[in-house]
Amino acid sequence: MAEKTAAFQAETTWEGETAVLNLHGEINSQADAALDAAYSTAEQANPPKIVLNFAGVDYINSTGIALIVGLLARARAAHRPIAATGLSEHYREIFTITRLSDFMEIQ
Amino acid sequence: MTTIRGFWHNFTGQKKVDVGETAVSPPPPTTQINNLDLDISPHDPLLAYVQHNPGIINVDQLKLDSPALETLRQAGIQLVVPLVSQGELIGLINLGSRLSEQDYSSDDYKLLADLATQAAPALRVAQLVRQQELEAAERERIEQELKVARLIQQTLLPQTVPTLADWGVTAYYQPARAVGGDFYDFIHFPDGKVGFIVADVTDKGVPAALVMATTRTLLRAAAERLETPGAVLERTNDVLVQEIPPKMFVTCFFAILDPANGRLRYANAGHDVPYRYTNEGVVELRARGMPLGLMPGMDYEEKETTLAPGEYVLLYSDGLVEAHNPEREMFGFPRLQELMAVHANGDTLKDFLLGQLDTFTGPDWEQEDDVTLVTLQRKKPVSSKQVSENNGPVKIEIPSAPGNERLAMKWVGENAARFLDGKRLERLKTAVAEATMNAMEHGNKYDPDKPVRLQLFVEETLVRITITDQGGGPVRQTAVTPNLEAKLAGEQSPRGWGLFLIQNMVDEMHIHQDAQHHTIELVMSLTDQEGE
Repeated sequence: MAEKTAAFQAETTWEGETAVLNLHGEINSQADAALDAAYSTAEQANPPKIVLNFAGVDYINSTGIALIVGLLARARAAHRPIAATGLSEHYREIFTITRLSDFMEIQ
Repeated sequence: MTTIRGFWHNFTGQKKVDVGETAVSPPPPTTQINNLDLDISPHDPLLAYVQHNPGIINVDQLKLDSPALETLRQAGIQLVVPLVSQGELIGLINLGSRLSEQDYSSDDYKLLADLATQAAPALRVAQLVRQQELEAAERERIEQELKVARLIQQTLLPQTVPTLADWGVTAYYQPARAVGGDFYDFIHFPDGKVGFIVADVTDKGVPAALVMATTRTLLRAAAERLETPGAVLERTNDVLVQEIPPKMFVTCFFAILDPANGRLRYANAGHDVPYRYTNEGVVELRARGMPLGLMPGMDYEEKETTLAPGEYVLLYSDGLVEAHNPEREMFGFPRLQELMAVHANGDTLKDFLLGQLDTFTGPDWEQEDDVTLVTLQRKKPVSSKQVSENNGPVKIEIPSAPGNERLAMKWVGENAARFLDGKRLERLKTAVAEATMNAMEHGNKYDPDKPVRLQLFVEETLVRITITDQGGGPVRQTAVTPNLEAKLAGEQSPRGWGLFLIQNMVDEMHIHQDAQHHTIELVMSLTDQEGE
């Protein structure tokens, strides 16, 4: 028996040149492929900045943190700033404790 | 033989090249030994000559305007044999006339040249050994001085923290290698009030430790007779300014707490402004005042505030905020304020901040200055309702399958929401989810026949949850602070956050292990909630 989880989805919208990845569902190991694909698609347009919108995300586990670290590593290698928006107070705290907030703008 | 001791003199800081005692060893019984005490100035042309003409010198035949050569000549020296090692002149063998009064033969010259070739490296080795001995002695002296400074400091720091009903006090002091002048102190007043002091003396080592000892005594003496923090600092300053060595001063924050009502009266002599954690955010405890020991006749602004249940104050020294990371960035005040804002528990703040400092500075950091942290928290009263519900643990078994940690979160939400406020409940849920994931994956290998067992205990002052899997044996992993820089640089796997997250979400984490089971125990205190 496995708990049914909210399937992860990501869609990209644009605010001027900035790519906004609107994330929905749970960011866990299941989200890996979809998150990676959405980021890669956004990256192809070479945007000066990518915003991760967590407003539709209700759960991020440690594997999800690792996925975000992975994206952040890719973005840093490309000197592309990353921002996060829509984080709940609890996940803002987790981004502070993990120091992700030192490497991405939290909006 | 004469050794040129410029080598030492470079080390000890003297300028002149000195020609020391002469000895021929072992001399035949009839040999006359003269000790030749001669300083050769570094500008004496003899030195330049010898350096460019490494052969044997016949003193009588050499025409040089050299005071040293003249001294040698007057001492009856006929031959000077330079000792050169690795291109550097390190000594001279000086010979007078032969006992037979005949001239030195070419055989003699050859013998002397061979002797010089053999003697020079041996002499050089001896010089190096001696230098190392001197350096070792110097190191030992410095080390001894540091030991004394540490001893003074450790002797004078309080051995315990005040135990006050409804209050939590913690203190931490870690000296830098060179021992700065930090200190903290608690003073108990007859009316039940308690004084809190954190101070930092400029300078390091023994001088700082001695000023620290003096200041501590003066503060205690002033506090015995005077009632307010401002008056205590004023009196201490007026006495200290007469005693303190020039260019030294002391920054000091002094507060007096009335534990009965939470009133905190404070004054500050130029010390780093303490922070106060409140439900609305982190605020500064500012009060104007010059450091102690700079000028007489200073007055110190006094302020008063009341700490509400759940609030805490952090007194600290600059060793924390002025720590640098490998990129030479400073830890800084804003970071400290941000970290406090997400940490409601004064009792565990110290460990949380030290963990963050460790992550910030990296593993190779040599502590630059003393780090002192003192926290003071007013506890929230425990309601009798919570205690009366302590009727044994609530239990659940969760099958090991991916995603099932959400069941554990739901269960925590249903059973712990009565005891914890929203923020702390979220933390506990995250910690339990992570622990359950670890248990299902690493302990039970996602074997559906091996459930993870969770138990929730409510005790007088805390909620305790245990998560047990069937993966016994040696300890699986220990919590380490992830190196985010290395992960972002692709030098480390981006994973490895689970145990770190758990540890930072709860007030206490313990791991128990036997041959069959692995249990992680998570504790949340009920006395330091943020809001009802």
